[in-house]
Amino acid sequence: MSIVTVQLGQCGNQIGFEVFDALFSDSHCPQKFCSKRENEAYQASCKERFFSEEEDGVPVARAVLVDMEPKVINQTLSRAAHSGRWKYGQHSHLCQKQGSGNNWAYGYSVHGPRHEESIMNLIQKEVEKCDSLSGFFIVMSMAGGTGSGLGAFLTQNLQDQYSNSLKMNQIIWPYGTGEVIVQNYNSILTLSHLYRSSDALLVHENDAVHKICAKLMNIKQISFRDINQVLAHQLGSVFQPTYSGEGSFHYRRNPLVDLMEDLVPHPEFKMLGVRNIPQMSENSLAYSTFTWAGLLKHLRQMLISNAKMEEGIDWQVRPPLSGLPTLGKMPLSKELHFNTSIANLVILRGKDVHSADLGAFKDPALYTSWLEPVTAFNVWKTQRAFSKYEKSAALVSNSQSLVKPLDMIVGKAWNMFASKAYLHQYTKFGIEEEDFLDGFALLEQVIASYSNL
Amino acid sequence: MFTRHRGSEGRRPSRYGNGETQVHLRGLLTENLSLNVEKSGATAATGGSSVTYGRPAPSESAVVGGEYEGRRGLPGAAGRPPSGMTQSVVVQVGQCGNQIGCCFWDLALREHAAVNQKGIYDEAISSFFRNVDTRAVGHKVFGSLYQEQILEKLRKSAEHCDCLQCFFIIHSMGGGTGSGLGTFLLKVLEDEFPEVYRFVTSIYPSGEDDVITSPYNSILAMKELNEHADCVLPIDNQSLFDIISKIELMMNSGKLGTVIKPKSLVTSSAGTSKKRQEKPFDKMNNIVANLLLNLTSSARFEGSLNMDLNEISMNLVPFPQLHYLVSSLTPLYTLADVNIPPRRLDQMFSDAFSKDHQLIRADPKHSLYLACALMVRGNVQISDLRRNIERLKPSLQFVSWNQEGWKTSLCSVPPVGHTHSLLALANNTCVKPTFIELRERFMRLYKKKAHLHHYLQIEGMEEGCFTEAVSSLSALIQEYNQLDATKSLPVEDIPRLSVAV
Repeated sequence: MSIVTVQLGQCGNQIGFEVFDALFSDSHCPQKFCSKRENEAYQASCKERFFSEEEDGVPVARAVLVDMEPKVINQTLSRAAHSGRWKYGQHSHLCQKQGSGNNWAYGYSVHGPRHEESIMNLIQKEVEKCDSLSGFFIVMSMAGGTGSGLGAFLTQNLQDQYSNSLKMNQIIWPYGTGEVIVQNYNSILTLSHLYRSSDALLVHENDAVHKICAKLMNIKQISFRDINQVLAHQLGSVFQPTYSGEGSFHYRRNPLVDLMEDLVPHPEFKMLGVRNIPQMSENSLAYSTFTWAGLLKHLRQMLISNAKMEEGIDWQVRPPLSGLPTLGKMPLSKELHFNTSIANLVILRGKDVHSADLGAFKDPALYTSWLEPVTAFNVWKTQRAFSKYEKSAALVSNSQSLVKPLDMIVGKAWNMFASKAYLHQYTKFGIEEEDFLDGFALLEQVIASYSNL
Repeated sequence: MFTRHRGSEGRRPSRYGNGETQVHLRGLLTENLSLNVEKSGATAATGGSSVTYGRPAPSESAVVGGEYEGRRGLPGAAGRPPSGMTQSVVVQVGQCGNQIGCCFWDLALREHAAVNQKGIYDEAISSFFRNVDTRAVGHKVFGSLYQEQILEKLRKSAEHCDCLQCFFIIHSMGGGTGSGLGTFLLKVLEDEFPEVYRFVTSIYPSGEDDVITSPYNSILAMKELNEHADCVLPIDNQSLFDIISKIELMMNSGKLGTVIKPKSLVTSSAGTSKKRQEKPFDKMNNIVANLLLNLTSSARFEGSLNMDLNEISMNLVPFPQLHYLVSSLTPLYTLADVNIPPRRLDQMFSDAFSKDHQLIRADPKHSLYLACALMVRGNVQISDLRRNIERLKPSLQFVSWNQEGWKTSLCSVPPVGHTHSLLALANNTCVKPTFIELRERFMRLYKKKAHLHHYLQIEGMEEGCFTEAVSSLSALIQEYNQLDATKSLPVEDIPRLSVAV
């Protein structure tokens, strides 16, 4: 089944490109650990999911590109075309001349309605090319105006028009110290709207990915391209094909449905994060070997200590003793020490994948009390290695790890809101104080719910 | 003496008197509506203090009427520019405005020519500008007649743009045309094109101003700027002059590797008779032109983090009245045509906050920031930007509700001949002293009613206009005072919404 990706705004388009590129590169990577037949099945599955074919044989990404100003889309289209390996559809994009000015209200109230029909038409065309549709990825940032505002509007539309298909929003969480001054306002408006209309929010934090680039990849002068490539790698390691079940060698048909089932048991809890191990520069990779035991041990500790990468993990953090009731409301002013999960999904790729022991992830102490580990924990596998990594493991989790960042954003936005700064920019386009308050209320609720796990 | 025109139709005549009381107009209306203006010798009074004599009026600008004509080897383009990008219209008012404007065109063309080796007329070039030359309307007092003419020109320019985003108005505050006409235009633009942003680059009068009545002009202009501009970038000549001196010092000190280019705008003294008192207006205008260039670079060229013009207003104007932005351009040598081996990148960032690099006399480091934008060009990546923000943050004071108020952009294309550059825009209470001084100078004149009759003679002008203008300025100053008062207060946490769990 196929996934249609909608790339929105500068961020969404820049990242979308890297994701398709990563998916394509991986699927054409020379393979040592699986049979030729298996590799072909993998490639076919990846292709069905993410690419369609045109007469000249060059795969076309199943994507719609939207931006309110033309520079980024032009760049994205030409980068893909020049690669010669895959490309975007000729008529799969919409761009306007004037951006959203970092204004959520403008993206939502002006651009949204104005371009609704054109964008939905483009999406429809893309959907029609699919034999069967699994759902949508919407790639967007929260900080700006187009990705955030138009993204929120569009997601609502998708919910109305394609109620049977799933929507997963890939959200880029901005750096804590500003890229955009009104990013906190834009973020709370985005998150509160998406919470109502999206099925899952897969969050990527710029700060976290930046650290990975600095510490793990050893990049000296980190560019957005570096960041986007790390991000794309993480997404690729989640969404490339995996076996449909234990003992099966067929590839999973509908990853989105499976993902939702595994990770989003309750609509109140839909914030997901990704961790990926190992992650390193190619030079270092040549000299490293890994065991599944080692990788999984680190991954588990990353989860429970809320580390976003495998360096600097706090090994002191331990799960509460099993049998005892989980602690009450975590005081947010202190460090959140132990990261309780609602659900976890581990994805393993590579050599001897069936020998990996995942027992430690099934420990009930990791999870909130209202789900059995057998439901809360799932694993997907494939013997086919990902990219250049002989063994790699990804963890998608629905846990408390996003509470602190969310709380910070809400706090800063609230602080600004109390002084009424910048509000006139929003009310100009029909977003009133009540809309902000609604957003705050919803998010405080989300924070409280997660904190009380 | 200037003539008065009474409007024959309903439109209200201009309320602003022409502060230059002894300007003779010998106008020659050519077919292209340009005027040759000559000044009487008695007062050096036109268009504010950025007046140069002896600089020939530029010939019909290559982009007049919007058709981009062959210049610097670029082929002419027939018909309309390719669509796909927003356009801006530059309105150059008064002599000061026009001098700067022309500088700006030179630089803009050079930038696009450098990027575009094949000389093909491309979108980035079209993204810009249409030159509207209002010298045509010269120094006359308005009647509806002139207003219509100007509007006609503006409308035509706007029509050629398929997506007009912004008007840039360049003018001086002290003179008559720049200040009066310039700000009158603001209102006209607001009425006629309400959705198009109005960015104003205003040259504020320096201490030793040539125009005696510049305080009157400035105060009256301030009211209009308060009410009808989206964003104002105040500049003063003294700061520009100081910057030029610094650059010259740098170059003449024989720093390693400094190579002065032969036609350098800053250093070339060929042909000009240098008098000690003469101000290097060409070089000063060049700086302001660079300001506009850098302001728009991210809209014209690609980069990993674009910033459109509408984002400037969105991020830097937290309350409608507080829309005055202090600007600085670093490194200084990018303002001159010199080849200096690139200094440490981080130095560029540090300098952006020093009071010596601001384009008005202001010290942002010792005042309160409401918001700050850093627009970087060239080979600079996000990690460089973040490292410097982290490094410099502790020495800056931000208002309590915007502790991390940074807006950033990365444009891949540096200024011609350089590897990187930075434009910093600060919404900072350090503008306050400029306004206070303006008010003081005004009061000194006004108390004695000096020269007032020249203004009151104009139909529509009365003392009330002055008192209103002063009130408006005082209210603005008061806003800044209130903000400054919060500077030393501890940042309190505001109680959050509590929800039932």
